[in-house]
Amino acid sequence: MSLTPEQVASIAHLARLDIGESDVQALAGSLSSIIDFVAQLEKADTDAVAPMAHPLDMGQRLRTDQVSEVIERDRFQQNAGAVEAGLYLVPKVLE
Amino acid sequence: MSLHTLTLAAMAKGLAAGEFTSVELTRAHLDRIAALAGALNAFVTVTADRALAQAAAADARRAKGDTSPLLGLPMVHKDIFCTAGVKTSCGSKMLDNFISPYDATVVERLDAAGMVMLAKANMDEFAMGSSNETSFYGPVRNPWNLDCVPGGSSGGSVAAVAARLAPAATGTDTGGSIRQPAALTNLTGFKPTYGRVSRYGMIAFASSLDQAGTVTLTAEDAAMMLCAMAGFDDRDSTSVDREVPDYMATLNDDLEGLRIGVPKEFFDDGLAPEVAQLVKDALEVYRGLGCEIVEVSLPNLALSVPTYYVVAPAECSSNLSRFDGVRFGHRCANPRDLTDLYERSRGEGFGAEVKRRIMTGTYVLSAGYYDAYYLKAQKTRQLIAGDFRKAFAEVDVLMGPTTPTPAFKLGEKTDDPITMYLNDIYTIGVNLAGLPGMSIPMGFVDGLPVGLQIMGNYFDEARMLNVAHRYQGVTDWHTRIPGGYE
Repeated sequence: MSLTPEQVASIAHLARLDIGESDVQALAGSLSSIIDFVAQLEKADTDAVAPMAHPLDMGQRLRTDQVSEVIERDRFQQNAGAVEAGLYLVPKVLE
Repeated sequence: MSLHTLTLAAMAKGLAAGEFTSVELTRAHLDRIAALAGALNAFVTVTADRALAQAAAADARRAKGDTSPLLGLPMVHKDIFCTAGVKTSCGSKMLDNFISPYDATVVERLDAAGMVMLAKANMDEFAMGSSNETSFYGPVRNPWNLDCVPGGSSGGSVAAVAARLAPAATGTDTGGSIRQPAALTNLTGFKPTYGRVSRYGMIAFASSLDQAGTVTLTAEDAAMMLCAMAGFDDRDSTSVDREVPDYMATLNDDLEGLRIGVPKEFFDDGLAPEVAQLVKDALEVYRGLGCEIVEVSLPNLALSVPTYYVVAPAECSSNLSRFDGVRFGHRCANPRDLTDLYERSRGEGFGAEVKRRIMTGTYVLSAGYYDAYYLKAQKTRQLIAGDFRKAFAEVDVLMGPTTPTPAFKLGEKTDDPITMYLNDIYTIGVNLAGLPGMSIPMGFVDGLPVGLQIMGNYFDEARMLNVAHRYQGVTDWHTRIPGGYE
């Protein structure tokens, strides 16, 4: 199959990735060849096979509901691009 | 005495006997790093001051009678492991400005054991690559031939150890990222059972496949490090709560009667005949050690690469959604609105291969395609795991080549992602099944090293290390040092 530039742009938007005009064409080519490559899985007979959820068939572990972490906001926010008064700054989402 | 050519085990003996101190050992390695690391591009960050402080602390602990086996031994961490107060880049522009506020469990455990971190090793961006050419910090070169790749994604780790800039390194293996580079640089690379070593603080790529492990000169050194690294961690939800055996205690066990399975599918058209011959030679060595060689079949092995390239990108697209330009990582300048902030921060912060995998993963998980790709791949993954289960009902370990060929040239496979992906054909099955795997040196093709892969049953790390250690007792491939780094 062959992905169109429009499909590539739509996947990029779903992934919230700015890929630029020039990369759309190249990505259309390489993504199409990857999708073709993995499409060979179709041929495998998996009718009687349960999908793997965990390689060791382990269930999710539960822990007791008690406080285990301390919040160190100021320290963690040192890695943020824009903070003010303990808040992360983003462009306005409401007018 | 040249300190830099010693194994961890030999260094530990020397430290215990008072022949040298950890500070001397650390300085010797830092001097080599200053002289030789640049040409290899092995590191993202060299932590010389921190290393010397850790070494001095280790010497002080020893002076007070502490005899911990790893005390004062130098090493490097792959830059995927979070190190408190030290840049943790994961090979990406996205995290070029990231100073981790906490330590990964692996880092914490090796620190507590007294190991000295010399540097953070270069790697493929977010561990996505098989040649260490996708790093934001540029490609790593192979000490055996500077025109060749060292393999990936743990390329900086193996280049550092192969060039004797450090006696050991951590790595991570999602589809072969420890075993393949170890094979291409004549080292011992160990990937434990999924869940054996904590993933806490190890930047996630594909969470159902990622596993931390070691890059060392010998199986004995891998055993030493795994004794400290392995074990339950409450902070990793997939960590396995199971006792860790003493991997050192069984290293010398007799191999008489050991059943070695050789999957016939490993000897396909893609395997270089010289590599196939070296595997046969290695199996003869094992026969001489009393092992029985049995042909086995993994009929669904051919499905492993396509299965992996659905599962891993799907998980990567989900894991990497945390990089949003808001809380940490690269943030674009002057975002117009929230969507622009997300899209440009990610577009500018991620490199081409990471984008390709996020896009692949987003596609296979998108509405209408989930059943055809992701669900199907989790079923074929079950088939692959089933093949291994059947094989391990018959044999104790499996052996085969780690890679189809020795190291390739830089740039040789970058144009075609599929060709690059197929390079991991022999290593990916183990990750999909969650099994432990390792690669040990087994000889050279045209002056370049290749590796013998040993695959074990779940939690059978002790036996694999024993099997590798006995081979290294009667062969000397693992002692070969690349020219110029002796």
